[in-house]
Amino acid sequence: MLIVNRYKVLVALSLVCSVVGMSGCSSLGVEPWERDLLAKKEMALTSAPIDASLDDHIYFSKEATSGGRSFGGGGCGCN
Amino acid sequence: MQLKAKKPNLKVMLTTASCALLGTTATVCAEETWQFDTAIMHYAEADRVSATEAIIAGTKTFKNDEILSLKLTIDALTGASPNGATAQPTPQTFTRPSGNGQYNVKAGDTPLDDTFHDTRVQLTGQWTQPLLKDYTVSVGGNFSKEYDYMSASLNGNVARDFNKKNTTLSAGMAYAYDVIEPEGGIPKPLSEMDVGDSNDPNFNDDFNKTRIASDESKSTIDLLFGVTQVINRQMIVQLNYSYSTVSGYMTDPFKIISSVNKNGESQAYLYENRPDERTKHAFFGQTKYHFDSGILDASYRYMTDDWQIDSHTFDFRYLIPFTNGHFIEPHFRLYTQSAAEFYQPFIAQDEAKPNFVSADYRIGELDTYTVGLKYGMPLGDGNNLSFRLEYYHQTPKDNGTQAIGVLKEVELYEQVDAIIVQVTYSF
Repeated sequence: MLIVNRYKVLVALSLVCSVVGMSGCSSLGVEPWERDLLAKKEMALTSAPIDASLDDHIYFSKEATSGGRSFGGGGCGCN
Repeated sequence: MQLKAKKPNLKVMLTTASCALLGTTATVCAEETWQFDTAIMHYAEADRVSATEAIIAGTKTFKNDEILSLKLTIDALTGASPNGATAQPTPQTFTRPSGNGQYNVKAGDTPLDDTFHDTRVQLTGQWTQPLLKDYTVSVGGNFSKEYDYMSASLNGNVARDFNKKNTTLSAGMAYAYDVIEPEGGIPKPLSEMDVGDSNDPNFNDDFNKTRIASDESKSTIDLLFGVTQVINRQMIVQLNYSYSTVSGYMTDPFKIISSVNKNGESQAYLYENRPDERTKHAFFGQTKYHFDSGILDASYRYMTDDWQIDSHTFDFRYLIPFTNGHFIEPHFRLYTQSAAEFYQPFIAQDEAKPNFVSADYRIGELDTYTVGLKYGMPLGDGNNLSFRLEYYHQTPKDNGTQAIGVLKEVELYEQVDAIIVQVTYSF
């Protein structure tokens, strides 16, 4: 339980830092002309959406967790 | 001059078909082409379930950066799935969930119900477009239908960019409604499976006494909040928090639990029962880093819910490109979950029946890992072909329950091995 709480605090902290520290974030990032690498298709956060949807379906049917990256609700009787 | 017969072009045919479906005129349609991704995936467990899934997804980007995505998924599932009962040193007989006959399980074997057979068709659509300055909105829907199951959902999402598009905040919501209508109806929770002679004229009446309805439903509300931050020229990070609340029927109507005597011998099989409310919180973090030699995709997810299930998921992919445009991408995934508070591998016959109980190993303590490799190659004209091979292993665990009597002699937590093969073609 202690470990769980510690995780919750850590994640909450990083979320708060991300949002409140938005002004801090302005020092992060790149200029538009520096997006050569980030603009690559392989650098997209979900660069293989077909693989991701197939994987979601498998792990949704085989494990007790779904979603996180995107919505996890609804589904199938695929057990 | 000899005219060469022109081969029919799949992309042109599909574009025409989708334009016809959308009611767009041919001239407008020809100006903006579609990008298609197709895939076929086969999932096979040793001696258990196997599934084949085919996907065709089309994406069209319009002049004003509006994006329409449509996806059709068809899958077929067949094979045997654990029914929840424990293995025994003697053979066992179970009544099929439909009430149509029975099946036998050999001494020492984990009981598997081999009646699993289903075909699912799923349609997904999503519309995404810029709105005002710095905003992107997206709305979508999903409908899937199989023989005994229907799921429909709607979603909406809004994102806002800050700091020269280096920071993006997003918020989304989804609502899903599912209906299950199993053949043979919904079993009465915690009632005893009728394992009489299925040829007996009274068998149907006795079986029907264990049924309470023909169908059940559940609804799910998901909220998703995210931050995406570009760190530098090589690195991008995403953090998501999601909240999900499910209300309705979450019991698996095909699952039972063994009720055993002091010596661990099975005396009856009870239909499982799960709570009809579940609230989940998930925290998801992901980073992509562009090294000189390749691209790292690393993510972590922590999920906690009010069924007392906590889970951790680690996922790593490393894409290594070659100079000829080919690439390989090793993949490694680790997953661990704690058991739901009402999970039990069996019930002691002389103890009071709990309100909620399930022996489904998928909500028990469980560790899994996946190792895989993807190989991709360009085929010219922007077409790509890739192959994926993965191995998935599940290790169910005992969550502290002591095996008693004859249950010590059998395997209560059988491990599962599965192979995933996939071919993807984009054009």
